Amino acid sequence: MPRLAVENLCFQNRGPYSFRVEGGECVGLQGASGAGKSLLLRALADLDPRTGSLHLGDIDADAVAAPIWRQKVALLPAESGWWLELVGDHFTDFGAVDEDLLATVGFERSVRNWQISRLSTGEKQRLAIVRLLHNQPPCLLLDEPTASLDPGLVARVEDLLVTYSRVHQAPMLWVSHDPAQLGRVSRHRFLMESNGRLIDTGVSQDER
Amino acid sequence: MVGSLTRGCPRMNVKPLTPSDLALAASLLLLLGLLSWRLQLGLGRQLAIAAARTTVQLLLIGHILRLLFAHVHIGFMLLISLVMLASAGQEVMARQHRSIRGLHGWLIGTGAMFISSFSVTFLALFVIIGNVPWYTPQYAIPLLGMLLGNTMSGVALGMDRMTETLWQQRQIIEQRLLLGQTAGQAVREIRRQAIRAGMMPIINSMATAGLVSLPGMMTGQILGGSSPLDAVHYQILIMFLICAGTGFGTVVAILGVERKLFDTRHRLRLDVLSPP
Repeated sequence: MPRLAVENLCFQNRGPYSFRVEGGECVGLQGASGAGKSLLLRALADLDPRTGSLHLGDIDADAVAAPIWRQKVALLPAESGWWLELVGDHFTDFGAVDEDLLATVGFERSVRNWQISRLSTGEKQRLAIVRLLHNQPPCLLLDEPTASLDPGLVARVEDLLVTYSRVHQAPMLWVSHDPAQLGRVSRHRFLMESNGRLIDTGVSQDER
Repeated sequence: MVGSLTRGCPRMNVKPLTPSDLALAASLLLLLGLLSWRLQLGLGRQLAIAAARTTVQLLLIGHILRLLFAHVHIGFMLLISLVMLASAGQEVMARQHRSIRGLHGWLIGTGAMFISSFSVTFLALFVIIGNVPWYTPQYAIPLLGMLLGNTMSGVALGMDRMTETLWQQRQIIEQRLLLGQTAGQAVREIRRQAIRAGMMPIINSMATAGLVSLPGMMTGQILGGSSPLDAVHYQILIMFLICAGTGFGTVVAILGVERKLFDTRHRLRLDVLSPP
């Protein structure tokens, strides 16, 4: 059961941050805009210069190539990026994408040939989640994963991600502005203050 | 110089231009400046400075070349080629919208031009033309000048395209890195576009040479009395050399930019770029 262990993580005059996210556990991260929640996720994905150590299970981030680390500690950015013509071009093998996974977020297999330029923000976000989970990463970092979704789809995506984390025993760090959402998906909460300080507000007792 | 290029062709001397001939040509620029002022194009200042620079720089190099031709020495040649290289390096930096900060940015462009222009020029002088000595200034200086000038354009265009596109597409590049692509995979298309941008001008001018335009060197040789065929042979040689020099120079420069803009952890480091 791999856990994400962060030790003395420092970046851009922030930190040091030290915390753990257990395998299969979802930790909710809240805090004001601009507090640096997204920056923390970027540093965990090793996308910005940093010091301190990151471990996923017995994998040391500094001991593996950065692309390997990012395949394992997968960050879903607040705004997804698409650079080719069709949806399917952005998958290494779209044919292998799970039909149920597509159906859960409201797509059929024909989405493969959809033009990127005609996707709505919400559609892009749902497809970004499919792209992320299809790679089967053992750890998830989610930056406002449902911010651009219709209310009807929010619950389904929440359920999809929480189930993934439980089934794969993946540690999951979930950034959201919505305390109600964090209440639904996580029992363990971090609060980032506007000065960048991270407070572990502990595990709530009520079972979800 | 020209006489040695001709084979049994009756030698003609170039009709010398008087200062009043040049003044007449300069009056055209004055007219253009007036038009720019009238239409508020704001080009007048730039035009005046560029025209003045052309005059002063060319007169200066004319005198330097006269001295060089009279005193052939490899030390002088080395000195003048390094001055040419440093100026080209400076010009490459000046043509960047967002250049790489500090000495490194200058070194990437200058290094790329040094590697490609100098080795191609050396090859041409030593192996292909084969004068004694190989650095005969009548051949070496114009050849190096043409190669550096064209390589400079290619390198500057390529580097500018590369840094500008990386800046504009940073979100997409980082998305690709997040999906576990290497830096090389994430910039593959941008790298290709940048190298193409650097090479397109010379490829285009090779494709239209003789049809639309008569290249400058060939024109000069013909004006100087060479037979057209001799001039054409030299022009073909020059075109190939320029194309090779520009191509290799641009590739080296783009790979240099790529190395500088990504660190060993495959992170996009836009902080190495200076603000526009």
